[in-house]
Amino acid sequence: MTTAVKTDAALFELALRMGDNALILAQRVGAWCGHAPILEEDIALANVALDLIGQTKMWLGLAGEIEGKGRSADDLAFLRDARAFRNSLLVEQPNGDFAMTLMRQFLFDAFHHPMLVGLKSSADARIAEIAEKAEKEARYHRERSEDLVIRLGDGTEESRARMQGALDALYPFAGELALADAIDAELATRKIAPDLAAIGARVCDYLKTVFAEATLNAPWDAAVRKGGKQGAHSEELGYILAEMQWLQRAYPGAKW
Amino acid sequence: MKNEWPLWEVFIRGQHGLAHRHVGSLHAPDAEMAIRHARDVYTRRNEGVSIWVVKASDIAASAPGEKEPLFDPSNAKIYRHPTFYDIPDEVGHM
Repeated sequence: MTTAVKTDAALFELALRMGDNALILAQRVGAWCGHAPILEEDIALANVALDLIGQTKMWLGLAGEIEGKGRSADDLAFLRDARAFRNSLLVEQPNGDFAMTLMRQFLFDAFHHPMLVGLKSSADARIAEIAEKAEKEARYHRERSEDLVIRLGDGTEESRARMQGALDALYPFAGELALADAIDAELATRKIAPDLAAIGARVCDYLKTVFAEATLNAPWDAAVRKGGKQGAHSEELGYILAEMQWLQRAYPGAKW
Repeated sequence: MKNEWPLWEVFIRGQHGLAHRHVGSLHAPDAEMAIRHARDVYTRRNEGVSIWVVKASDIAASAPGEKEPLFDPSNAKIYRHPTFYDIPDEVGHM
């Protein structure tokens, strides 16, 4: 007996958004491997990247399952074009210096953790299960990046200037994470995902507390840079995918 | 170098171990970050349930040059090992 597979479009989008955020940020952070300012930080960054790759496998695996067209997590990661990616613009921003990498991570973690906490009580058991696993990792990521943002923000003159510069450059991208579109609204109504407006308000309060302690000033009223969640990316993503996907594109099906 | 972070010795209590064991060392600016670094460097494969860090400079150690007076005198004193008892068979494996 065969049942016709009908893709749950909103659910598919959610799995892609969660998975692509993790994948693209992991690809960015992974580029530090062997180049971080000190050995201990190098290993810590690699750990974060690997945590995110693990989460990517779960989210994109689920996305393939929801889609029902036989695409695996690998197919989705390595054989999609930029317009089909659903990550936020924040995570595709360049590594820059350590301050930029750290601030990008912190702004992402600040959203990622409460989002996963919300997803733990998803009406979809598969999503709740992934969130349950990922939430502990995200909690550690946030503790770590929060601690470093405070130390370096409230640090030397140079470290403070660099962190403030990174915050000015990256804060406009942070708002997209908690900016709901029609898909998010549908998912919230169906109790599959938390209400993004509520998450966004909590993230904002949290950022205010941390930046106060870090003696940093966020450009709170800056216009939100958005579009990634709907597939309209900055040119950065093209370069990331070129590096990440070239092998599977040049040698389809290559394995080791 | 003046700007180098101090060295910390790391002790991990393993999943089944009762005591913390020395596993290695790392650099960190303070104890809190030393514990974070230890978590990232030494517990990646689920090795531990507890971490201790201590500044390497705070450890007082015996001098390698004093090895002979410190340890050699106990060498020939086999009567200090509890191997001179007859253990009744009923006790079983000890």
